[in-house]
Amino acid sequence: MSIRHGLLALLSQGPRYGYQLRAEFESSTGATWPLNIGQVYSTLARLERDELVVRAGDDGEGRFVYEITPAGEADVRRWFATPVAAADRPRDELAIKLAMAVTAPGVDVRAVVQTQRAATLRTLQDLTRLKMGAPAVPADQPDRAWRLVLESMIFQAEAEVRWLDHCEVYVARAGRPAPPAPPAGAGAAAEPAEPTEETRR
Amino acid sequence: MTVLSMRQVSRDHGTGNALVHALRQVDLDVAAGEFVAVMGPSGSGKSTLLTIAGGLDTPTSGQVVVEGADLGALGPAGRSALRRRAVGYVFQDLNLIPSLTAAENVMMPRELDGVRARQARREALHALAELGVGELADRFPEEMSGGQQQRVAIARALVGDRRLVLADEPTGALDSHTGEEVMRALRARCDAGAACLMVTHESRHAAWADRVVFLRDGLLIDATPGRPGPESLLEGAS
Ligand SMILES: Nc1ncnc2c1ncn2[C@@H]1O[C@H](COP(=O)(O)OP(=O)(O)OP(=O)(O)O)[C@@H](O)[C@H]1O
Ligand SMILES: [Mg+2]
Repeated sequence: MSIRHGLLALLSQGPRYGYQLRAEFESSTGATWPLNIGQVYSTLARLERDELVVRAGDDGEGRFVYEITPAGEADVRRWFATPVAAADRPRDELAIKLAMAVTAPGVDVRAVVQTQRAATLRTLQDLTRLKMGAPAVPADQPDRAWRLVLESMIFQAEAEVRWLDHCEVYVARAGRPAPPAPPAGAGAAAEPAEPTEETRR
Repeated sequence: MTVLSMRQVSRDHGTGNALVHALRQVDLDVAAGEFVAVMGPSGSGKSTLLTIAGGLDTPTSGQVVVEGADLGALGPAGRSALRRRAVGYVFQDLNLIPSLTAAENVMMPRELDGVRARQARREALHALAELGVGELADRFPEEMSGGQQQRVAIARALVGDRRLVLADEPTGALDSHTGEEVMRALRARCDAGAACLMVTHESRHAAWADRVVFLRDGLLIDATPGRPGPESLLEGAS
């Protein structure tokens, strides 16, 4: 998650104080990613070092106004134009857990799926309740921005449930795997649940 | 107050080799004001559960009580009277009458209730507007898109004071935005005191419910606990 680009994007709308940046960042993401003021200033210091922002005068109490540079503007444009690569996201523990559950002997995969699905559905219910309280069409800009962040979390939870449904059906169709084959070298030890060379062709 | 109560309900289809246990000893209660979503793989018994809850099909064994009336004890005439008075049903295949306009389709259950035509039309227009298809009142089903027809079918199930709303995949043909409008309408109806049982494949829609239950091979699994009711909130406060 890029605080650096988030702050730059806010500065592209005009010069701001550090504390202002923090408040605006939080309100436009619905306080999903709370920032502390230290993070804001250390990020601004790095942006200044990279010549993407400059300090432009203070308010007499030692608080500086930050202004974006042309290089900073270009950086923001590039950020919006570049898709987020899957590799930038953390490794998916759930996918690893399910992969392990399918291969490890004596694990009830359906139970693992059902437990996870119930938990994800509860998250989805909590997110939906947040949405229920708000008007169908948000009135102002920060509310609209927050709604988009909320929807993104809802779509992610939904995708997870769909994937779990898919896993459940897949496991039910594939049946239980046969006992593990002898170690490699003892001939073709294909997973019985996998299609054979014949059926793949 | 419990609007729908199912006790040990089973439904078998076919015999011998073709025997299917569509439902097995299902226990389910839906209270007034409660919104329950039913999820589960295709063929797991979701539609069977709904048709039995609405008295359109009878269980092989077990008991179904709607608004205090035991459906098994009522007989066909009593069942259809109760169904008309208390139950709103959205079918998986919409079942709109092709020769009637949207408004007339929605008015029909109210006119069968004995409501006068003017009043029934006023209610129908209100229900259509609530689902965002008010301007389509005078169109025939074939002049509407699938999603628009779907919303008309939902308006028909919600019109009047139906205590029990049964909806089988009500968002099937809808995009996620329109689907959300439908969820808001169902949620509002529950908040106004109706009991609602909805089948859906989409977890984003199930999440509008107070409780989500799963069917798997005819067996019911309760997945998420309900929201605390007013009583338990009071207990917590004292
Ligand atoms: N009239 C019938 N005669 C025989 N079998 C039936 C009949 N109706 C339903 N079934 C069987 O009962 C089981 C449950 O069917 P049901 O329609 O309730 O599934 P569902 O969960 O609603 O599926 P879907 O998600 O595909 O709509 C299925 O195996 C189905 O084939
Ligand atoms: Mg069905």
